[in-house]
Amino acid sequence: MVHKKIRILIAKPGLDGHDKGAKIVALALRDAGMEVIYTGLHQQIEQIINTAVQESVDIIGLSIMSGAHMPICKKLIKDMQAQRLDDVKVAVGGVIPFQDIAGLKAIGIAGVYPGGTPFEEIIEGIQNIVSEKT
Amino acid sequence: MGVAKYIKDEKDAVKEVIYQSGIRVKPVYTPEDLDAVGFEYARDLGEPGEYPFTRSLHPKGYRSRAWTTRQYTGFGTPEETNQRFKYMISHGQTGLNVAFDLPTQMGFDSDSPSALGEVGRVGMAVDSLRDFEIAFKDIPLDKIGSGLTINAVASIMLAMYQALAEKRGYPKDRISATPQNDILKEMIGRGAWIFPVEDAVRLVGDSIEYSMQELPRCNPVSICGYHIRESGATPAQEIACAFEIAKAYIADVSGRGIEPDAFVGQFSFNFNVFGNLWEQIAKFRAARKLWAKMLREEYGVQDKKKLFLRGLFGGGGSGLTKAQPENNIMRSAFYALGAALSGAQTTALCSFDEAYTIPTPRAALLSLRTLEILMEEVGLRDTVDPLAGSYFIETLTCQMEEKILEEMKAIQATGGMVNAVSKGYIQRKVARQAYEYEKGLQEGEYVKVGFNKYVEEDGDQPDVDLHKYNEAWADAQVERLNSLRRERNDQAVKNALETLEKAAVQKKNVMPPLVECCRSYATVGEMAGVFRKVFGEWQEPQLF
Repeated sequence: MVHKKIRILIAKPGLDGHDKGAKIVALALRDAGMEVIYTGLHQQIEQIINTAVQESVDIIGLSIMSGAHMPICKKLIKDMQAQRLDDVKVAVGGVIPFQDIAGLKAIGIAGVYPGGTPFEEIIEGIQNIVSEKT
Repeated sequence: MGVAKYIKDEKDAVKEVIYQSGIRVKPVYTPEDLDAVGFEYARDLGEPGEYPFTRSLHPKGYRSRAWTTRQYTGFGTPEETNQRFKYMISHGQTGLNVAFDLPTQMGFDSDSPSALGEVGRVGMAVDSLRDFEIAFKDIPLDKIGSGLTINAVASIMLAMYQALAEKRGYPKDRISATPQNDILKEMIGRGAWIFPVEDAVRLVGDSIEYSMQELPRCNPVSICGYHIRESGATPAQEIACAFEIAKAYIADVSGRGIEPDAFVGQFSFNFNVFGNLWEQIAKFRAARKLWAKMLREEYGVQDKKKLFLRGLFGGGGSGLTKAQPENNIMRSAFYALGAALSGAQTTALCSFDEAYTIPTPRAALLSLRTLEILMEEVGLRDTVDPLAGSYFIETLTCQMEEKILEEMKAIQATGGMVNAVSKGYIQRKVARQAYEYEKGLQEGEYVKVGFNKYVEEDGDQPDVDLHKYNEAWADAQVERLNSLRRERNDQAVKNALETLEKAAVQKKNVMPPLVECCRSYATVGEMAGVFRKVFGEWQEPQLF
């Protein structure tokens, strides 16, 4: 059976400019055979959603290092629900304390990958998230 | 991060050691190695405090003066930050290094929609001079120097610092501020850029020119190899990038008809300390030498003090791990040892909990204590450049010099730093390297204790106290901003902003009108807004 290639949007929301994590994860996912689109820095939530729609991605991977992951994720999920983008999943990585993982999952984030998560775990996680939705 | 590659045989004996900068290390060094690299004492070292300053900037090193300690500090509102400043100073810290929140760094006021969720989070919120008045309350500005870790709007912060000093009655020539102000490195790593490259570089030039004329004790720019290293550069690339960036700023200011000799003495640098100990030491010694040589030979600078590679060697964030965070306390101590053995003039350390959040007071204090122990207990002040004459260190220093020169040539071959950044050459290169390194780390090619060796089952969920973000800080900050807008003289603000806009349009030095804007309590968002209107915003090159 031939699987369609996973399309993922790696996105840097908000003002945080620390993008090494986003870039290396983008490269790792590409090496794992996914089609990766990278938004670049300083993206507003609306821009990220628009790009996700235009590029017909399966999943959005947010990279957040500033500590503002809760407010940013809440807004993204809310805006996606308002636009009925139910078939696009969201994962988040960055400086995320373990204490916050359950809270992120509770608002609908499908995968949480704090800094230091092995590539393999991220790749498998994303493959699982995307295959579950279909 | 930052570990050398060790190739071992089946009995665990080390067969080969390869440093990140590409240097292969031999098991034994002898005088023959010095001959092989053409080492000459007078030319390559000289006396401490003498050209080319490989050994030290000062004849007696730390004997005459210990390093300045400047832990990176700031969060919440200016009140919280002021308390933390005083806490650190009361524990022996000798300088400040101010962290600003992202809205401030990106030129937005605390009530801007773009600031939502970010006010006071990674640093303190600053909207106007009123915030500076609170943050620096009771800090003697003629005795304590302040690093201002901000770049895109550094010119605004330098102007605000001057306005603050005036209000507090300090003469301009007595205050010492070091705005980071290195926009080209923001475009390579860290990412807090706003304006297009050409305008952004001119803003840096404006603050250099202005400081030369008005603020003799300020260092208008602190060029950061630091963040480029954090983004994936090797130690040799870190120095090479910083020097090529410095050349871009020199070109801007000398393009105004000013001789480099008049301003390069005020440049400072910020370099990273994580990684292999010997490679870092050789890096700093080679960098001091190369900078002095470059200024003298290429730019004709003669005055000895203007040839000094001054700056902060510290941090080490990318060397720290999230796993087993207490290990970071030991790691940082060794990084600081390297900085001390390299003759670092100013230093700071990342705290052990920074892979989680910004440091708690206890973690910040531990970092400061580490630096104090090095200077006061274990003998780092005893004698200047204690490693000089080591066959290994001197050979390595000469080899590092060659590596740095090679990397500088590679940047020059792309048309210089401004072009390399505009086209994304450097960004792509360091991102690729960071990825390859991270892969090597995950595959065990490099050892990181607690992360890929000696791993603990539950090492993933350590028991660390976390600094808590308080949402009430944002409300308090917005409230202060609202009352400022009610109380200030609107006409004075309007006039000052109009003068600023004219200067920006006519490409005149914006510093004098910025100082006037700050005096009138114009906000950071208003001043940066003028620049956004006149210059527009940078479009990042497509990286992949």
